[in-house]
Order: sequence, then structure tokens, then C-alpha cells
Amino acid sequence: MSTPVIEVSNLRKTFDQVTAVDDLSLRVESGQLAGLLGGNGAGKTTTIGMILGLVLPDEGSIYVLGHDMARHRYRALPRMNFSSPYVDLPRRLTVAQNLGVYARLYGLSDIPGRIRRFARELDLGAFIDRPVGTLSAGQKTRVAIAKALINDPYLLLLDEPTASLDPDTADWVRGYLEQYQARTGAAILLASHNMAEVERMCSNVLMMREGKLVDEGTPSALIARYGRANMEEVFLDIARGQGWDQVATKKSGS
Amino acid sequence: MSAPSYWALRPSVTRIYAMILRYTYLLKGSWPRILELVYWPTVQLVMWGFISQFLASTSSIIEQAFGLFLSAVLLWDVLFRGQLGVSLSFFEEMWSRNLGHLMVSPLRPSEFIAALLTMSLARTLIGMVPASFLALWFFGYSVYDLGLSLIAFFINLIVMGWAIGIAVSGLVLRWGLGAESLAWGLVFAISPLCGIYYPIEVMPAWVHPISHALPASYVFEGMRVILLEHTVKWDLMLTAALLNGVYLTVGVGIYFAFLKSARRRGSLLQMGE
Repeated sequence: MSTPVIEVSNLRKTFDQVTAVDDLSLRVESGQLAGLLGGNGAGKTTTIGMILGLVLPDEGSIYVLGHDMARHRYRALPRMNFSSPYVDLPRRLTVAQNLGVYARLYGLSDIPGRIRRFARELDLGAFIDRPVGTLSAGQKTRVAIAKALINDPYLLLLDEPTASLDPDTADWVRGYLEQYQARTGAAILLASHNMAEVERMCSNVLMMREGKLVDEGTPSALIARYGRANMEEVFLDIARGQGWDQVATKKSGS
Repeated sequence: MSAPSYWALRPSVTRIYAMILRYTYLLKGSWPRILELVYWPTVQLVMWGFISQFLASTSSIIEQAFGLFLSAVLLWDVLFRGQLGVSLSFFEEMWSRNLGHLMVSPLRPSEFIAALLTMSLARTLIGMVPASFLALWFFGYSVYDLGLSLIAFFINLIVMGWAIGIAVSGLVLRWGLGAESLAWGLVFAISPLCGIYYPIEVMPAWVHPISHALPASYVFEGMRVILLEHTVKWDLMLTAALLNGVYLTVGVGIYFAFLKSARRRGSLLQMGE
């Protein structure tokens, strides 16, 4: 059996007596596009922060690409990347300058060629020499994705990558990420509130509530298990604490 | 254990260069930022130059050592600009909410600090060199007449500025941009204690131990000895260097301790304006 790209065991994190993540264990395999779902405050962003090493867990272990993130995170970081609405790129630097800086931080070669490739693939050409701060939300998202893919990561963590995008741009971004995943075989962990997005993209969905992993499965398996028509309804059941406990009882009894 | 090879060091140098490039783009893209670097040292220099000219006509000490105030103001700015150069470059990452991206890139904290120190040196030189030539042109005084000791003064003062700048960056990591005012206030709080324009002996006796714990005090004392007695006291520079070693170690220690604290508190993801 191959080493999972992400292996989280018994993770726990408390902020000022509020438990954000509670005994969480999960795995993301190579080539998997996994969705991390949950309502506001379910612990998704904290979990992603801990996987990235931005947040230190109180308990538990995190292995990324076989490296213990508590001790050897700099061995994993060159092969992973992320995008989040909580962080921005320097606004006064142009798109090309930002991508050039990050390409160098990842120690990449042929930086002009790489920037040209992203400009072509992500349609950045019209604003490649404009400061990031002057771009529209959709343009900024495309730049953020270019930065997140600059090192051709084997693990990509995306926190709400299509939030604040119009449906057309969001659809285009989803298509691009699916193509990247299919082409490279990278693992992607996607936190999203957009259930249609999750249903379309994810081969495995991890459902979180109050810091715990309460269910897991393919979108179709979850929809069938909860007896619902789509992931939106499954999400509402879990977020409101309706159904998932009965499902859990049924699962444990079966 | 084998020594690190050139190839092992290369990625590290590339990452430091990437960060220097990032700050250079920022400076090049904004002429007011470059102007600001030169503006304050120049204003200070012109003001103290005229004060010196006035005092020289009434005081024999100032007449003998006309450059006393001009050297002091230029050297003080080395410390101040050195500290600001570190803090402001660090704050740029906070203001632009870019810190999270940097912290999950392969950039190590030590490389980040190395880039901040390099930018601090560049910013200090951009501010100080034109001001020093202005002193020569306007008042006929050359700070370069201090000779080799000027290098020792410069290194000691900028290193003290770096130590404070790194510590302030650590405090901002822990308490957020609310602690930003420390970048401006902390150096000014210690300035009266360093004996920039006067000997430490003129201050109350209880202040002396505090002054003697500050590397800058030895630099300004050494500067006065050169200008008034035409003697170079290297023992003062050595004491300042030893103290700076302690300051830099403590500054870096504070930064790393508060970086760990910020990771524990989960504040790195949300940091920014």
C-alpha cells in the first residue's frame, strides 16, 4: 500500500478553551481530490492550517508526503502549496513579479517560461504587468491559483477557491483544477461551502462538525446514506446535527 | 558530519535573493518610498548643521569639534534606519496579508531574517550616503574623516538596530499590528539613554548602568573621544560588539519564541490589516 499524501491521526486543537479540532483522523491518498466540508466553525480552516504547519496542534500527528510535519516540514513544503481567502499576494507587486518571487522561493528553473505558461493557461496575459491590488476578484483568484500551482505541487490545499467568483469564472477555475489533477496525479484537499462544486469535483468527502470528522465517503455514497437528493441537503443535515447521528448509529449497528 | 556543500547552500541563497527582489520591486515601484528614505536624514542633518554653526560661534568646544552634532545625528540615524529597515520590511508582509504564503513556502525563518537584514542595510545606505555628502557640501564637514572607526561605529549601530527590529517583528507576530507603534517608539525611548549628543556622565547616576548596557552608548562615547581628543578607543568598540552579540541573540530568540507562539495561537492565517 502506498504512503498517503496526508495522514492525520488523533489531531486536537483548542483555542482559549474552545475546541476547534477534536480527535480528528483522516487520510488523503495520492491522486485523490478530497473535499473537507462543514459549517462555519467546524474546524476546516484550522485543520488546513495544521496540515500546512501554520498552526501547531495540541495533540496528534500529521504526516505529509511521508514527512512528520512537527519535525521535518521543510522537506514536505517544496512539494505542496495552498490558496486561501485569508491570505493575499503583495498588492503593489505586479502579477509577474509575484509569480517570479514565489518561483524563486520554490527554487524553480526557467522562471520566465513558467510565468509565460501560467499566463497562457490561466489567461493572465492581459494583466500580467499590473499590480495585484488593481485586479478584480476573479483575476486575483486566477493569480492566486497560478501562485498555488507555481511549483507543480504534489499536494494542493485549497480553502474556498471559488468564493466570491461569478458562476462562469468559478466553473472555469474548477475545470482548470480538475485538468491539473488529472494531468499530474496530485492530491487536492478542498475546503468549500459550495456543494455543487464538491459534488462535481471530489472523489471523497470528509464531513466535519464541531471539530470532529462525522462522516466520509464519495458524494453519491453520502447522498444515498442520508437518503437525500444532493450534497446540499446532506450538508444541511450534518451542519444542523440532524440525521448524521442516526446514520452513525445505523452504521455502527450494521 | 560533512560541511554543507555549495550546492546545498544555493537554494538558501536563492530564497534570500527572492525576498530581496520582492522588497526591491516594492521600493522601485514607489518613488515616495525612496524619497522618504532620504528625506528624514537630510532634514535632521540640515537642522543640526545650522545648530552647530550657531553654537560654534558661542562655544569653543563646538568650534574645535564642529562635527560633534553632525556625526551624532548621522550615526543615530544608522541605528534608527537599521531598526526601521527590518521592521518596515516585515510589516509589509503583514500589511499585504502575505505572511501566510511565506510561512508555507520553503523559506526558512533564518532566510527571511537574512533578507530583512540585507534590506535594512540597503535602506540605511540609501538614506545615509546622500545625507553624508550633503553635510560635506552644505557645512564642509565629512563624517568620513572619522576614518576606519566609522566602519566600526556603523556596524555596531546597525547591528543594534537589527536586534531591536527583529525583536519588534517578533512582538508584532505575537500581538499583531497593534504592536506596530513599538517600531517607532522603542528606539526613541532608549535614545536619551545612549548619550547621543552628551556624555553619559551628565545623566543621573542611577541611569548609568542602563546606559552602560546599551551598545550605542559606547559608539557615541567613542565618537566624542575621536572628535575631541583625536584618539581612537577600540576597547569601547569591542564592548559594543560584545553587547551587540548578546542583543542580536536575544532579538532572534524573541522572534523565534513569538513565531512559535503565533503558530500555537493559530494567528498566522489571519494576520494582516
